[in-house]
Amino acid sequence: MDRRNSIKALFFTSFSASVLMAMAKDPKTTVALDSDRMQEEKDYLAKIKAGPKFFDLHEMATIKVLADIIMPKDKVSGSASEAKVPDFIEFIVKDMPEHQVPVRGGLKWLDRHSNNKHSKQFVACTPAEQIGIVDEIAYPKKAKPEVSQGVSFFNKMRDLVTTGFYTSEIGVKDLGYMGNVPNQWNGVPAEVLKQYGLAYTDKENKECISY
Amino acid sequence: MSTVQVKVAPKKYDAVIVGSGAGGGMAAYVLAKAGLKVCLLEAGPDYDPAKNSSQLKNPWESPRRGASTKMRPFGDFDASFWGWEIDGEPYTQTKGSDKFEWWRARMVGGRTNHWGRISLRFGPKDFKRRSIDGLGDDWPIGYEDVKPYYDKIDQLIGVYGTNEGLENDPDGIFLPPPKPRLHELMFKKAATGINIPVIPSRLSILTKKINDERGVCFYCGQCNRSCKVYGDFSSSSVLVKPAIMTGNVDLITGAMAREVITDREGKAVGVSYVNKNDKQEYQINAKVVILGASTCETARLLLNSKSQKHPNGLANSSGVVGHYLHDSTGAAMGGVIPSLFGRKRYNEDGVGGMHVYTPWWLDNKKLDFPRGYHIEYWGGMSQPNYGFGMGMQGMNGKFQVNGQTKEEGGYGASLKEDVRFFYGASVGMGGRGEGIPDFKNHCKIDPDVVDKYGIPVLNFDCKNSDYEIKQAKHMKETFREIMHEMGAVITWGDQDDASNNYGLSNPGNIIHEAGTVRMGNDKKTSALNAWGQAHDCNNLFCVDGSVFTSQADKNITWTILALSMRTSEYILDQLKKQNI
Repeated sequence: MDRRNSIKALFFTSFSASVLMAMAKDPKTTVALDSDRMQEEKDYLAKIKAGPKFFDLHEMATIKVLADIIMPKDKVSGSASEAKVPDFIEFIVKDMPEHQVPVRGGLKWLDRHSNNKHSKQFVACTPAEQIGIVDEIAYPKKAKPEVSQGVSFFNKMRDLVTTGFYTSEIGVKDLGYMGNVPNQWNGVPAEVLKQYGLAYTDKENKECISY
Repeated sequence: MSTVQVKVAPKKYDAVIVGSGAGGGMAAYVLAKAGLKVCLLEAGPDYDPAKNSSQLKNPWESPRRGASTKMRPFGDFDASFWGWEIDGEPYTQTKGSDKFEWWRARMVGGRTNHWGRISLRFGPKDFKRRSIDGLGDDWPIGYEDVKPYYDKIDQLIGVYGTNEGLENDPDGIFLPPPKPRLHELMFKKAATGINIPVIPSRLSILTKKINDERGVCFYCGQCNRSCKVYGDFSSSSVLVKPAIMTGNVDLITGAMAREVITDREGKAVGVSYVNKNDKQEYQINAKVVILGASTCETARLLLNSKSQKHPNGLANSSGVVGHYLHDSTGAAMGGVIPSLFGRKRYNEDGVGGMHVYTPWWLDNKKLDFPRGYHIEYWGGMSQPNYGFGMGMQGMNGKFQVNGQTKEEGGYGASLKEDVRFFYGASVGMGGRGEGIPDFKNHCKIDPDVVDKYGIPVLNFDCKNSDYEIKQAKHMKETFREIMHEMGAVITWGDQDDASNNYGLSNPGNIIHEAGTVRMGNDKKTSALNAWGQAHDCNNLFCVDGSVFTSQADKNITWTILALSMRTSEYILDQLKKQNI
């Protein structure tokens, strides 16, 4: 549900919302999407958006391949690139510059490692070759000491891709998060209470709000 | 040569108030409703949750997916403008002190736009701690003086909870609380099993309608973003807005207070400020000056208001202004509950905070530290934001996933399965305790540094003592026991020991700082009398956390509100009697 629909839902579900109702009736008070930002934030975001891209085309292509290996399409949801995770990574390294050197350097490490093995850059490798390289660095406990920098890089990419994916619209749906909508909390569903052998006390049933 | 022109506003107000948070907002509300002409100065921009909240935004609507920035230290959707650092407004530390962390929310409503809404009354013992354990000082007032005001704000603002008849956690006038969430039932079962009580929390969130100006909670779990329907308490929506509606309040935003101006007799005549937009100096004159700029900002303002009559700074003949600075203590621990892995999905947002908590339950006479703490619990299937799903390599090798043992790390469909499996199984708890006010812990004016408005800044010199450190140690032991009872696996917060004060937060970090302009009966050892009125200047009042003689094992906002209302009614009375 997008934000506007959520706000609409507030009215339709008839939760007392006289303030919003009054605002909704007044066309002058239409709220801009960035009305929650202070001026300093708007300026900062505009500066990032107007600035140069951080990653070059080759780096972005590599990020896309890695992202789709880490979060591929499966029977539940789409892939990282469908969820625009590479764009998120491009933004986040500008917003959090501490990621820049580890990611850029890690991508370089990956190409050098790939070059040593297969005499080509990572993106030019066959899918089987790419997975072969990823398998070397994706399992921290199993990985050989000589690829430890690759393991660190992959840990970072796993973190950024996973968080980017599961905070996207596709990812949140995949996760089954059902909140962020107007609701009436009535306690834990009965079948879940039963599953865990828990129950509300008489005191709770009497004192707590119920709908 | 040109001189700096201070533009004095021609209108003389009954009261000028600095700061629009809990204290300043309440003063504006009470005085404006009584018909006084009030000027309310706020350093930040205007803010109305109905228009400016990030409520119900999805993580992908933030380019950083809700991650924090310097401008939003508690995340991109949190309501507080600024926090630990503000561009151009530095503060400094004394060498060798614990680094005091100073949160400043620059906006109408201040920190109340994003706070946890934990609304606890201080109890009878909390006003008389010196009489009980010989440390700190007794307040010049007792619970019976504040109770009528707690009763009034319970009804004016709204708070849910239950009357439990606890001696030092007084009953109130409560709305019904929400039922506990699943992990909260688990916490409750585990803790009560080892004689640690768990009762409904007391939060200023409307589970029922209380008036036509405010909506009712619709359980989005996002109180920290501030509420568009005013279903929880923010000073901006609940106090400042209705105060302005009376027509008696002129709100000036972007007004960075510089000094309280006094006359030759030492009486306050007004407040000078820098207008952030045009950088010019202005002055507002009023019969009464009320400071609610926040504990440390109020102290800074007083210390910067030096005059012939007040050479130590205003209201500071005692030399206590800036001293006795103390915050709530804090320590935390977290982990996962394996029985919650792969759990059934449903909307578990609830209110924006805990549904249950643990008030202080032990007798300090039997312990090696003098003051108590309460415990806050968290967990559940919350909205994923930046950081969610990170560190999977620390989880998926440690626990079986859907019955399968996996190599830690990994990628692909298997990793997606792991993220889904572990979602909603994390829990945590934090202790919030009472520190001891100590003269040594203080903020003062840094002789060398000014902010971008040319106003001298604060230097902090605060250190946790053994009292607080031993309390943190006890918190950790308690948390470990509860986690064990619950069958949880601790994943963080278990490694703390004496070398890091058992994970005790730096002073300031819990954002409950108080005590810098404390009240007392003796003008040699306190700055304010029992009404929050300066001993040295009878038309100057403080209404924020600065007035506290001591903390409690409770969050301080409800008491700030009650005391500000009490002080404001006293001001009305004194003006009527022409005493000030």
